Amino acid sequence: MSEATPRTMKILIRVLFIVPLLIFAGTLGYLYFGLDPQRDPRAVPSALLDKPAPDFELPAVPGLQTPGLSRGDLEGGGPVLLNVFASWCVPCRAEHPLLSELVESRGVTLYGIDYKDKAEDAVAWLEELGNPYAAIGHDDSGRAGIEWGITGVPETFVIDGDGTIRYRHAGPLTRQLIEEELLPVLEQLR
Amino acid sequence: MRLAAALALLLLAGLSAWGPALAVEPEEMLDDPELEARARDISKDVRCVVCQNESIDSSNAGIARDLRILIRERLQTGDSDREVFDFLTARYGDFVLLKPPVRPATYLLWFGPAAVLILGGLGLAVFLLRRRRPAAQSGVPELTPEERGRLAKLLKERRE
Repeated sequence: MSEATPRTMKILIRVLFIVPLLIFAGTLGYLYFGLDPQRDPRAVPSALLDKPAPDFELPAVPGLQTPGLSRGDLEGGGPVLLNVFASWCVPCRAEHPLLSELVESRGVTLYGIDYKDKAEDAVAWLEELGNPYAAIGHDDSGRAGIEWGITGVPETFVIDGDGTIRYRHAGPLTRQLIEEELLPVLEQLR
Repeated sequence: MRLAAALALLLLAGLSAWGPALAVEPEEMLDDPELEARARDISKDVRCVVCQNESIDSSNAGIARDLRILIRERLQTGDSDREVFDFLTARYGDFVLLKPPVRPATYLLWFGPAAVLILGGLGLAVFLLRRRRPAAQSGVPELTPEERGRLAKLLKERRE
């Protein structure tokens, strides 16, 4: 046997002894990531981000003066906001004043998709809370919702002038979220 | 006797209700049993996006039902299984698949356990080999005849 073999063997063994330690450190890091209170484990990554908005065409909500909504409406202007809502959705009620405020004081263009909602309920809901939407598509079957990859209501998207989705938030908007995420995105696209 | 019969009947009724609760409702099902079977197979691998750790096949959520119906519609228009999965992942991403695809980002997930097993086996093999190796190869010099004689003498002295 040559002299080099035991030496390389020794080095190999030394490396092998470090491997479990490395695996342990990796696991520790992963678990630390999992315990991070800032992380939302229910957050679903969006597949549509930075992709063109899906093709869809929705009629107006029956009994409402606001026009219906299709893909073409989202394009051409500056960045627009698309909000998926329903009258039966409680968090939608909570975020509604924030959306109205965005339209009134920030001049944001807001479109809506009324997701799986009874027309008369939607009309009553908008009469009660006000209607900040420039156009609302009535998604009775929920098919447009699937095209947009929504997991529930409310969800809010930012679409730029080219019709590309730039931002998505699943769940109700909050003041903090608007200040920290939504407005900077809109500002950047303007 | 009558009591026993009643008990047996009860037991039978209980057993027939056994089995996983089905979320798929009769009116959703396709008439073509072959297409329906394919739809069921696909549904079992599609994650319900609101309930997260349930397949749409076993979920009662509204959106799971919508997706089940959508899958059946697409199969009826002649989509292959692959096309149905592509349609879903284009909208919901790989997240919607309960079986993650094999690609560089998921190599650790797919091959990690096997790698750990191999490394562990390697470590164990090295350990065992080293223990079994005769002294001649481990670098310890063999005893000379004089040393052997001394050792024997010492051991003998100790015994006395």
